[in-house]
Amino acid sequence: MTAPDTHRAIEAVFRIESPRLIAGIARIVRDVGLAEELAQDALVTALEKWPDSGVPDNPGAWLMATAKNRALDRLRRGKLAERKHEELGRETIARQDATGVGFEEALDDELGDDLLRLIFTACHPVLSTESRVALTLRLLGGLSTEEIGRAFLTSEATIAQRIVRAKRALADANVPFEVPRGEELGRRLASVLEVLYLIFNEGYSATAGDDWMRPALCEDALRLGRILAELAPQEPEVHGLLALMEIQASRAGARVSTSGEPVLLLDQNRALWDQLLIRRGLAALARAEALGGAGGPYALQAAIVACHARALTAEETDWPRIAALYAVLAQRAPSPIVELNRAVAVSMAFGPAAGLALVDALADEPSLRGYHLLPSVRGDLLAKLGRSAEARGEFERAASLTRNARERDLLTARAAACAAADLA
Amino acid sequence: MRFMMLMIPKGYESAAPGAMPDVKAVEKMMKYNESLQKAGVLLALDGLHPPSAGARISFAGGKPKVSDGPFAEAKEVLGGYWMIQVKSKEEAIEWASRCPGSDNEIIEVRQVQELADFPDDIQQVAGRYPEMQAQARKG
Repeated sequence: MTAPDTHRAIEAVFRIESPRLIAGIARIVRDVGLAEELAQDALVTALEKWPDSGVPDNPGAWLMATAKNRALDRLRRGKLAERKHEELGRETIARQDATGVGFEEALDDELGDDLLRLIFTACHPVLSTESRVALTLRLLGGLSTEEIGRAFLTSEATIAQRIVRAKRALADANVPFEVPRGEELGRRLASVLEVLYLIFNEGYSATAGDDWMRPALCEDALRLGRILAELAPQEPEVHGLLALMEIQASRAGARVSTSGEPVLLLDQNRALWDQLLIRRGLAALARAEALGGAGGPYALQAAIVACHARALTAEETDWPRIAALYAVLAQRAPSPIVELNRAVAVSMAFGPAAGLALVDALADEPSLRGYHLLPSVRGDLLAKLGRSAEARGEFERAASLTRNARERDLLTARAAACAAADLA
Repeated sequence: MRFMMLMIPKGYESAAPGAMPDVKAVEKMMKYNESLQKAGVLLALDGLHPPSAGARISFAGGKPKVSDGPFAEAKEVLGGYWMIQVKSKEEAIEWASRCPGSDNEIIEVRQVQELADFPDDIQQVAGRYPEMQAQARKG
């Protein structure tokens, strides 16, 4: 192997190992920030040694042993005392000294639980949403700060700073490295799911920039969702979110034309939908429902996208069922966005006039002010009702509101089409 | 990106119909499969019955001709596959390297072509498929 090949091979190993590495070390040092530093140190050591010695047979164990030794050094040098972890450090060292294999056991036991602890810590509500997203991608997705920066169109320095601040915030708030229990679990799990879905959505319909999609982010979110479904298999909403992401991702190849323009759901070439992801999504949805979670907000959204996935052609879509599912969702998790989507479903099931009535009820909704999809949907319904002049105005307004260049082009084109229809 | 890890077990080309791997090997393989699943990279996997229980269809002169297995000319045959979703070819290679393979086994790592990779004209042809299905149902 050439040097760059080895370098890439080491990066691949690290991507696979780093979440477990950080999680395992965090359990010992009780500080995810320090755990990440130690994991990074181990990587640097690997990058120095492996090009000469070759990649070891069990690179994961090698990295873990190296990081473990660094952790041990830190504990012995009393660095942890400075971090106000004196007691825990002593306890860990005492355990180590008493058994001689304490560290080994601490590392091998319940690695899955450690990962789960790491996820809950990275998505802790004490952190801002953008910090949770960055920290989750860094600690659990194994992404570099540079990769995260690229994904969110921010500089590497900004992301690095965000992560440093997040780690400090966790330490300052004395956030314990644990899986929350009881009532707390529900709230904290909601925060985890929200972060994963945010990452997915940023990839699925980029809010800014020149590209309509950033598929790598969708894949990162899916990978995290699949890991979470393994770690918390008894939680129906985890499977609900996974189902939602798998089925939405199944359309990725059909949502963009070869020239990069977005293609709307009903215009998509369904032969390009990924049947493997659809099958996985439907299976995850079935699991959520079998666990009694059919009424969960993510499972409901998954059930809605499943209706589309099951329809071989746009005409076969079961719109009355979709409208009914949105009605349930609007009760379970009411939001103006859900209401807007319900309006679309109702218009498809019962005609544009019925949908327009629901959209008009949202006209003064403060949270939708500045949201481009409101005028976009209204324009679509008006166009279907033959009210081209009004529709044109709505599309123009929508175009002026979106921050995505590709979407703006599409909306401008629709406005122009309405203008032409109005003249005809 | 998506990769297929294709398992090529030497000797499988002449294995008897119904030949089964031994329990120990399956146990090890299940652990490996589990590690893929837990890492969130596994999309699908299957094992294949030996070629002696299969058939080959060739198309010389545009005419399908069926030959029953085993296939005397085959030097390497598939025993199964994993479909994984990873970040790079290096990651796929790393996962393949972790397989508890035995002396006679080879894994070939190949990137999966995605339909959206194809040019417009090919996508158009593929796009007629659901219409054809709908037509067929209406009879």
